[in-house]
Amino acid sequence: MLSFILRRLLIAIPTIILISVFVFALQKLLPGDPVLAMAGEERDPDVLEFLREKYRLNDPVPVQYFTWIGNALRGDLGISLRTNQPVTELIASKLPVTIQLATMAIIFALVIGIPVGIISSVKKGTVTDYVANTVALSGLSIPNFWLGIMLILLFSVRWKLLPASGYVPLSEDPVKSITTMLMPAFVLGTALAATLMRHTRSAMLGVLKSDYVRTARAKGLRERSVVLKHAFRNALTPIVTLTALLFGELIAGAVLTEQIFTIPGFGKLVVDAVFNRDYAVVQGIVLVTAVGFIFMNLIADVLYVLLNPRLRGQ
Amino acid sequence: MKLAKISLLCALMGAIALPAGAQDLRIALQSDADVLDPDQSRTFVGRIVYASMCDKLVDITPDLKLNPQLATGWEWSPDGKSLTMTLREGVVFHDGTPFNAEAVAANINRSQTLDVSRRKSELKSITGMEVLDPFTIRFDMAAPDATLLAQFADRAGMMVSPTAANAAGADFGLNPVCSGAFKFKERVAQDRIVLEKFPDYWNADQIHFDTVTYLPIPDTTVRLANLQSGDIDMLERLAATDLTQANGDAGVNVESAVSLGYQGITMNVNNGEKGDNPWGNDKRLRQALSLAMDREAINQVVFDGAFASGNQPYPPTSPWYNADHPVPARDVAKAKALLAEAGYPDGIKLEVQVPNTTVPLQLMQVVQAMAAEAGIDITITSKEFATLLADQSAGNYQASQIGWSGRVDPDGNIHQFMTTGGGINDSHYSHPEVDKLLNAARTSTDVATRKESYDAARKILIDELPIVYLYHQTWIWALDSSIKGFTPYPDGMIRLEGVTLEK
Repeated sequence: MLSFILRRLLIAIPTIILISVFVFALQKLLPGDPVLAMAGEERDPDVLEFLREKYRLNDPVPVQYFTWIGNALRGDLGISLRTNQPVTELIASKLPVTIQLATMAIIFALVIGIPVGIISSVKKGTVTDYVANTVALSGLSIPNFWLGIMLILLFSVRWKLLPASGYVPLSEDPVKSITTMLMPAFVLGTALAATLMRHTRSAMLGVLKSDYVRTARAKGLRERSVVLKHAFRNALTPIVTLTALLFGELIAGAVLTEQIFTIPGFGKLVVDAVFNRDYAVVQGIVLVTAVGFIFMNLIADVLYVLLNPRLRGQ
Repeated sequence: MKLAKISLLCALMGAIALPAGAQDLRIALQSDADVLDPDQSRTFVGRIVYASMCDKLVDITPDLKLNPQLATGWEWSPDGKSLTMTLREGVVFHDGTPFNAEAVAANINRSQTLDVSRRKSELKSITGMEVLDPFTIRFDMAAPDATLLAQFADRAGMMVSPTAANAAGADFGLNPVCSGAFKFKERVAQDRIVLEKFPDYWNADQIHFDTVTYLPIPDTTVRLANLQSGDIDMLERLAATDLTQANGDAGVNVESAVSLGYQGITMNVNNGEKGDNPWGNDKRLRQALSLAMDREAINQVVFDGAFASGNQPYPPTSPWYNADHPVPARDVAKAKALLAEAGYPDGIKLEVQVPNTTVPLQLMQVVQAMAAEAGIDITITSKEFATLLADQSAGNYQASQIGWSGRVDPDGNIHQFMTTGGGINDSHYSHPEVDKLLNAARTSTDVATRKESYDAARKILIDELPIVYLYHQTWIWALDSSIKGFTPYPDGMIRLEGVTLEK
């Protein structure tokens, strides 16, 4: 097991290097001058030149890359061109916010997606199945921003039940923190729930047709035990992978939801950074996201092995 | 249903957990401020935060007259080359450092010399300073600079504690120390900026809040929803299209003021190769474009009539507006005649670059439809703002839809756009007479003389049209109806003196 994890970690290194080069190059290809974005309306030529010098934007691109990656290896991702705060500090303060949001969204998705998926596979072809599929499809097709604004208008403006937007750290006030996060997590969770539901359904359908399930039924086991204990455990492998990947995606992909609900998380940080050409922040975020994604993949692989004994020998 | 029950329960628990007592004012801003150092700052929302935190030497009145703040009086020398200011006594900075003439000198020196300072050009005219006594200072200039007082009414005139500034250097913005009504408490990037009341403020009687919290909420609908749900007390820049909803809510009051800035179409008349085209070379085409516009209709269609149509760099409500050239009525026949005269009886194409956000795109679509009726075939190229700016500055455009946030002194709205080699003259427009008039307007401290120069320059510019001005934005604030005493200002700032919250 240990050698398996080590091997996976070694493979990750070239991937991360490639990603860092890619991000850096992509940033340089972006049209628009970061200095113009930073200098403000006045665009004083002296200020422009000073900023170019200060942020070493006059250096050749490879030199800029190696300076950045060299510092990054020492844990220094530079400072934000916009607020002067260290990028590592910014990311460290935003990451828990997005992780909380992503975790709550995943919980929503799992709690809704998996049971509905199981039910609709068991009741395949019935009205229940069709209703579940229709709901899933609408979950996938309703845009986040629309659902978000509707929920705000309903729960905050009309019923005044939940705060309209914002963020309270868990450490400061856990209850308020969770209530503030309910709507955004739900919005983010619904689309995932739909995806999970569809995958659970198809995985379950495959498994329910297999011989050992028929054997289990023939043994006279109760249907409940056949479905949950025998079939579901085997259908779980693809669902675990999917959940891990979705979680990774959430960390980076909560952009719209964070924007609507004004959650000071990772997504909002990256959007603001891109628009302000805050290179250091964008690069830092992408790097951290990539590493996070690779890590989530690794966890999925390990869980695979735990779930499926047949993989342990390989 | 279960979810609704849980949410209800949680919301109730949350409400109980709220602290009682201290009065907090929560203001929603359209975006997050940049670094909180007046010398490095460049965002509009940053200035809103300073309005409560950092006092300036002078302030403005709602009708744009200069008003004492940290300076109680000022006088120009007869030759206009020096300005003597008398300072308010008994003022201290948030860290206890006394405010006096030495502190002012240190501040001006910092703005002029700090390597990261964005205020250098605003204070360029000051060549020397002399502290005459602890509360009197004289600024010397090589040539008279009429814009200086207005600069002192903005970030260049904000006084920071010299003790704190010396200790922190360029990192001052992480923990700013000024002398305003509120002092800095904490900042969570992209989440909130919290200020708390400064008990030793010289005008503390007028301040009625213990803390002020600024919350960046970019989406305008969500900002309003927060106000309606009671999560905030006030918001800035309500979208004109949300006015109906805000006015329909008895719990919401709306205040507004026409801004100091403008929006229009900047024409490339001589900036690089792309400036060498019929639109850059023939003013008749630009006149035709201007005549094809029904500015009031634009205002009605795109902004629900909430903004002000315009044809000059200052709004018609400004004392600097030239009333001899009122906003022109639409005249399609004349526009067509001008096109024919210029050699394009069958119409002509024009490519306009536009920021890729909702409002500018809607605006340009209306402009496009109006221009088409006069035979001008507009192609809209939408670009992300930083790209648009880079292309505009490099001359890689034919026409560009852009604006200016506006300055208190008229010079700030016109000089650097219209004079030869001006810093933001992206048209590369150049006219010796305009240069002469606008430079002259800078050096006189007499309002009537300056107005004459601006009017004379306007006469040339309204004929040449390097910028086709279209409208002036109106600042719209939405407030909880329990807020009393709020005064709208054309600079869009939120001044909290005399404002109360009666809940």
